[in-house]
Amino acid sequence: MISWRSTWSIYTRELMRFLRTAFQSVLAPVLTTSLYFIVFGAAIGGRMPDLGGVDYGAFIIPGLLMLTLLGETTSNSSFGIYMPRFTGTIYELLSAPVGVAETLLGFVGAAMTKSLILATIILVTARLFVDYSIAHPLLALVYIMLVAAAFSLFGFILGIWADNFEKLGIIPMLFLTPLTFLGGTFYSIKMLPKPWDTIALANPIVYLVSGLRWTFYGKADVDIGLSFAITLGFLAACIAVIAYIFRTGWRLRA
Amino acid sequence: MDPILELSGLSKVYPGGLKALDDVDLTIRKGEIFALLGPNGAGKTTLIGAVCGIVRPTSGTIRAFGHDMASDWRQARSRIGLVPQELATDMFEPVRRAVSYSRGLFGLAPDPARIEEILRSLSLWDKRDERIMALSGGMKRRVLIAKALAHEPDLLFLDEPTAGVDVELRKGMWAIIDEMRGRGVTIILTTHYIEEAEMMADRVGIINRGKLLMVDEKDAMMARLGRTEAHITLAKPLASLPPEIAHFPVELEAGGTSLCYRGGDGTGKGKAEVAALTKALIVSGIDYTGIDTRESSLEDIFVSLLGEGEGAA
Repeated sequence: MISWRSTWSIYTRELMRFLRTAFQSVLAPVLTTSLYFIVFGAAIGGRMPDLGGVDYGAFIIPGLLMLTLLGETTSNSSFGIYMPRFTGTIYELLSAPVGVAETLLGFVGAAMTKSLILATIILVTARLFVDYSIAHPLLALVYIMLVAAAFSLFGFILGIWADNFEKLGIIPMLFLTPLTFLGGTFYSIKMLPKPWDTIALANPIVYLVSGLRWTFYGKADVDIGLSFAITLGFLAACIAVIAYIFRTGWRLRA
Repeated sequence: MDPILELSGLSKVYPGGLKALDDVDLTIRKGEIFALLGPNGAGKTTLIGAVCGIVRPTSGTIRAFGHDMASDWRQARSRIGLVPQELATDMFEPVRRAVSYSRGLFGLAPDPARIEEILRSLSLWDKRDERIMALSGGMKRRVLIAKALAHEPDLLFLDEPTAGVDVELRKGMWAIIDEMRGRGVTIILTTHYIEEAEMMADRVGIINRGKLLMVDEKDAMMARLGRTEAHITLAKPLASLPPEIAHFPVELEAGGTSLCYRGGDGTGKGKAEVAALTKALIVSGIDYTGIDTRESSLEDIFVSLLGEGEGAA
């Protein structure tokens, strides 16, 4: 039976870790978002056409949100589990009467909470630059939470897989960020020449950005159902991998 | 006494092929202090890790408080505390929060009074709001003990609690362990300081290369394997052993200038025999100028057992 006290202890401790660097955690996304809006929104955006009736500045908001969300969620979660492994403090977690449920709800729940805080900060910052409204706010919230959950789990897997700091950073840096930039963050894949518009569909991030954009403006590059299906599929795959890790003790228990 | 922990056929082979535990059988009784002695790499930490869930045993069973650790690990682990060998804790956290976290992690409701009691008993109360990184090495080790005690365990593992600490702090640590015993906590202590085991333990286990070579009451082990050694410096050298003392376990050494007695059993029999030997020397007219006697320590037994183990290997 799940211990909610244990879960709460892990969750609050992880949030405290976030709050220890609150200034950096809050300021960094505010600054980054502002810079993107200044460069892409004001400097370049004025020369861009409306995209399906959506102003370019507003168009990039879901993409920017996804860019920060994927990076921060993955990194928060991977560091959350990697650091105890690196410093040896994981002994306490492993020797405690807590299982996969408490561990995941604690670590992943905290990473999700941080992501929601960041998403709110980005949306508030975006509002200072662009006038926008969200067509399906509840769906947007659900979608953000789903993506945050999936990438928290993904980060958790990375944090267990990595046995040095280089490995910890290599997936986000070499795969996640490039794929996000190429995943329609700043453009619609319909703007791409052939065959790149078709090739772009092989990039899973396209479906995530497109899905969030649909919840904002009711239109997107790919069907919202497909975006939800891919997000849920990724979430399920991450849960399966983590279940395997806990069952076998891979990289957790000697 | 009731068994609190039972290991049966416990083995651990690491992926590289290292056999860290080799068919270990061990029973720990409620309320005792058990010292597990062994050199570095003997398997002490692996054994603790296997019980605490940090190491996955290759084979064998572990039962704690009657629960099988493979299936009822939640119930068993909730009553076990671990103080690791390394000073591993979140150094940025204040002391009190770190200890309270440990209590919560084990599923217990917050209890500020209990946390205060633990911190006071370890002389950490004055440091309660300080970050752990600001504390001395000895204080940090106490914080780890406080964290391990936060959920009020019935069985506590102390993995090399005094490794790398100075003599004064080591004595302080012994006092803390003694106090915990007084509260009824069963303690399993790993150490390679023989003196520590000799001072604290009720029973001693000697492990080397993953094999448990011997487990016994400390006093019984001393009695069984203990020896008295006496060196008697003779006034005049002897060419051979006189028949009057030939029935004693003695031999001449240093060119006949010294008589060496090795005997006894750790119960005082050796001392009595040395006294009888000196009387026999006087009766026989053999003069001597000095006597140097010593009882073998747990360390001698330890070294001797390890030597036998290596010889057999």
